Amino acid sequence: MGFPYPSDPRETVLLSKYFGDAGARSYTGWTERGGYEGVKTALGMAPEAVVEEMKASGLRGRGGAGFPTGLKWSLMPKKADKPHYLVCNADESEPGTFKDREIMRWTPHALIEGCLIAAHAIRAERIYIYIRGEYTEPLAIMERAVAEAYANGAAGENVFGSGTRIDVTLHRGAGAYICGEETAMLNSLEGKRGNPRIKPPYPAQAGVFGLPTTINNVETLAAVPHIMVRGAAWYKSLSLSNPKSTGTKLISVCGHVARPGNYEVTMGTPMRELIYDMCGGMRPGRTLKAVIPGGSSVPIMNAEEADRCLLDYEGVVAAGSMLGSAGMIVMDDSTDMVRAIWRLAKFYAHESCAQCTQCREGTAWTTKILERILAGLGKESDLQLLLDLSENMTGKTICVLSDSCAAPIVSGIQKFRGEFDAYLAKARTPAMATA
Amino acid sequence: MSLKSEQTSAHGGVPETTAPYQPVFVGAARAELERLRPSYPTMQALLLPALWIIQRERGWISEAAMAEAGEVLKLTPAYVKGVVTFYTMYHTHPVGRHFIQVCTTSPCSICGSEETLAAILRYTGCGELGATSSDGRFTVIEVECLGACGFVTPIMVDDDFIESVTPERVPDILARYP
Repeated sequence: MGFPYPSDPRETVLLSKYFGDAGARSYTGWTERGGYEGVKTALGMAPEAVVEEMKASGLRGRGGAGFPTGLKWSLMPKKADKPHYLVCNADESEPGTFKDREIMRWTPHALIEGCLIAAHAIRAERIYIYIRGEYTEPLAIMERAVAEAYANGAAGENVFGSGTRIDVTLHRGAGAYICGEETAMLNSLEGKRGNPRIKPPYPAQAGVFGLPTTINNVETLAAVPHIMVRGAAWYKSLSLSNPKSTGTKLISVCGHVARPGNYEVTMGTPMRELIYDMCGGMRPGRTLKAVIPGGSSVPIMNAEEADRCLLDYEGVVAAGSMLGSAGMIVMDDSTDMVRAIWRLAKFYAHESCAQCTQCREGTAWTTKILERILAGLGKESDLQLLLDLSENMTGKTICVLSDSCAAPIVSGIQKFRGEFDAYLAKARTPAMATA
Repeated sequence: MSLKSEQTSAHGGVPETTAPYQPVFVGAARAELERLRPSYPTMQALLLPALWIIQRERGWISEAAMAEAGEVLKLTPAYVKGVVTFYTMYHTHPVGRHFIQVCTTSPCSICGSEETLAAILRYTGCGELGATSSDGRFTVIEVECLGACGFVTPIMVDDDFIESVTPERVPDILARYP
């Protein structure tokens, strides 16, 4: 539902059905609402059969990359002659995204159940749930839920009497956006600095502690029990546009809409419908200027692109951006695009792990150049310099953090060039005192 | 653990103390760490949890405490320092009794979080970001995306996560933290 607002009839409410319902948080409350049936079904099936069901459902990763979940699980070694691990990525920190937080706050057992099903499918003996350090409330709720799962035989040495042992460990991060990158997360879990790793080897071959590992996002795992209970065919049928995008997606909407919140829609729902019908449109008297649809790391869309955008993996690409984590930052005509883009660059400069030169230097210089433009001290050549820097920051580093910084810069200059030019021509009051 | 004096860094504004270092990992804290051991195949993986325990017990992580964590987990002090300084939530110098983090990343920034930040700096009397108020009550920092972008401005005061903070709400909220 459009939490914290009441559910809109145009939503398809699966994962968010119990947002705001504190009774759903306890083990008993969750089983009364039909919880833990999916994992019982899964445990009665061979791991390969569970993987096939996931493949058939069309479920794709909800953390940002959209990689098919069943396919990811199938890449794990079939033999469990050494430990296998499942790592749940609960390090939600992509600007604009705040959905995993609500899943953990209101339906912690949905996440645990999804983790257990995934662990069975990939023959993992242990699940690590890596929660960002700032999420103190979700962490406390998850701690209680894990203890309850153990007390009720849903986790531990004999999960629901199946003879399978699956342990669950919560691991608290300590403040680093980059740890949401899956290989950085593995390093962090090992007690190291959160530097992303060069791939290959991929985590399925050598992941955490050098052992086969699958990393899935919170929302992906929370969807899994629904697929086990209602079947892959049903889940696949939830698709309004491209059949490669199935199921529902939680869209975190923030910025200048009347009712920001988390909205759960069927894949393929028009962005227009989400903004104007479900979120109550723009703030009074304002019009739409721009949308960053997938968390801050994707190209910025202008109003015309947003208007024709369908919210699924292919639909957002067709409209010039990417679905990413579906954290939608909506900006109205009052927004200073240069300043908004500068604040994004500053974020990436702060969060660069500093391993790769292109990223460490590129994000810092991008920020400084934007600061001088905002201070009214920009040079005519600065836009080309920013574009050249962005070119050198794209596709050349270990992870995609620097690409993520470049995406809003390049698209911002392309689509809102007039605002940059106004600063350069000193036609606009400087938004900063000094650079 | 050899007796070392607790080193305080200059920007903490706390006078050097010559009191001998009191280890963190004795008694209940040691037992807490031991309980986590079976969850990980390596000792090294206990480093982040160990650092959280130190910060909870001491309020910040001194070089002597880093050395202790290293000794307990069989890691060098330099390695531990490398990890501590990578993560923004570990304090490497003392902070005020209440540590305030204010989100000003783009989604918050475009909805007015800078005004909330200014109101917090005014109320606390912290002259600038990262500085501690002269009464030792508050330290305020700007934080990157707290993951509550729909509820501007989210702030954290110590471990409390507070949403939808406006400049008007600042005095009432912070009065709860003496």
